[in-house]
Amino acid sequence: MDPILAAVLFAIIKISIILLGYVMLFATVLTWLERKYSALIQDRIGPNRAEVAGLRLGGLFHMIADPIKVLFKEDFMPRTENPIMYKMAPWLSVVPPMVIFAVIPFGPGDMFVISNAPLGMLFIFAIAGLGVYGSVFGAWASNSKFALLGGLRATAQMISYEVAMGLNLVGVFMIYESMSLQGIIVEQGETLWGFLPAWGLFLQPVSFILFMASAIAENKRAPFDLTEAESELVAGYFTEYSSMKFALFSLGEFIEIIAIACIASCMFLGGWQIPFVDATGGIILTSLQILAFLFKVFVLVWLQMTIRWTLPRFRYDQLMKLGWLYILPLSLANILATGVWLYFAA
Amino acid sequence: MGYKVARPELNIFEKSYVPEILKGVGVSSRHFFRNIFGKKDIVTVEYPEVKPDYASRYRGHHRLMAREDGTARCVACMLCSTACPAHCITIEAGDYGDTDVEKYPVKFEIDLLVCVYCGMCEEACPCDAIRMDSGIHTPSQMYRKDGRVGKVDLMALGDLSIAKQGGELS
Ligand code: SF4
Ligand code: SF4
Repeated sequence: MDPILAAVLFAIIKISIILLGYVMLFATVLTWLERKYSALIQDRIGPNRAEVAGLRLGGLFHMIADPIKVLFKEDFMPRTENPIMYKMAPWLSVVPPMVIFAVIPFGPGDMFVISNAPLGMLFIFAIAGLGVYGSVFGAWASNSKFALLGGLRATAQMISYEVAMGLNLVGVFMIYESMSLQGIIVEQGETLWGFLPAWGLFLQPVSFILFMASAIAENKRAPFDLTEAESELVAGYFTEYSSMKFALFSLGEFIEIIAIACIASCMFLGGWQIPFVDATGGIILTSLQILAFLFKVFVLVWLQMTIRWTLPRFRYDQLMKLGWLYILPLSLANILATGVWLYFAA
Repeated sequence: MGYKVARPELNIFEKSYVPEILKGVGVSSRHFFRNIFGKKDIVTVEYPEVKPDYASRYRGHHRLMAREDGTARCVACMLCSTACPAHCITIEAGDYGDTDVEKYPVKFEIDLLVCVYCGMCEEACPCDAIRMDSGIHTPSQMYRKDGRVGKVDLMALGDLSIAKQGGELS
């Protein structure tokens, strides 16, 4: 076979396995997990009614029942000047977080990454910046004041936190001298002073905290969910969306949770590296490393969900203050400190 | 004059949010694990299978009480429909042609979709004819017309009442 054709086919197979088998499956489980987990945190039972052949399994079937239900809902469309924009918006909030997975290495080597791009992180920043269009287009085309206010908030919030999010990772790039995710992960396989894995979490702890904060803000989830503040804006930018379009917005949110967890575990938790095992190769080791990555992603997803169900929402001025007056200067200071440290260490 | 509310001063650790967030995550996780493994603190009542105890004065679906001979105790005095703040009781009175005997309702209809379940009708009735102690929730209907419950249905829920006017039992 033509080698180019073979490469394209191989890439398509990888894309479908990663997107359908990993990301979409994970996101579907998350739709159920989030409901159940939040219920148990709040001393409720949570979804438990969907049953197949008398089996309930703690409401596990809700992750199938919910999409089916949502598909059969009336797809209401407000009278709007921009029907195309209106229909595009949900897709614009689902596709960018999905595209991020193109450069995420799920395991060692070229095999488990769709594209091992040398400037992978730049690609991620570029794509993450597109995410705001979904909410802004949706808000604008909905022809509703609540939606528009939500969209305005989304814009300001995304702009403020995107800067901080990018700057937080600069320290990591400086330490590992790479902008490719695979490169950064490989560097993290070493051991520091004999007992600590050389993870970004230990070398750049401030970065990690600030990155998680700004990434959650970027994803517009509580405590930064001002764009959909139910108490003020009904549902914010997707007030006028129903049926599958509404579901796409929340699916986009879940995919972004996974994307954030993936990026953060690549940057700060050593990606697929198992602590103290600085080696690759062999089927057993490779599958263990893939599982290790899955585990780290899961831990970070858990962290995001717990924070989401723990903290109350910020006020808008607090949000802006946190972004511009604390996170941004702190990340700049962090870059400076890293630079000074690297200069003297070298 | 407004007055100044003393706001608690946060120290540097609290201002950095991180320890406090971790504390909050700890609280959430404690609830989660307790509800999964330990003593369950869940307060949810799984309704159709488990029913909560209703207060004895719970106001549910109306019912019309019957006399010993099976006729409605209602004498079509219109006190309930006058007292009803929602104007949802429609009574059509008929008489037996005997001036010594009270009237009776030919038609007695309550629009449950309009009713606010305030209990005024029950309170107003001098004959212990209408009661709301059936313990049945507001039923749901497919069509609005089904919300209008007539005398037959109300009597079907009803029971024998032997209360005498003035409150004594015979
Ligand atoms: S409960 Fe109140 S609203 Fe309902 S029928 Fe009786 S008086 Fe009218
Ligand atoms: S139910 Fe009671 S108050 Fe209403 S008309 Fe009949 S007797 Fe009068």
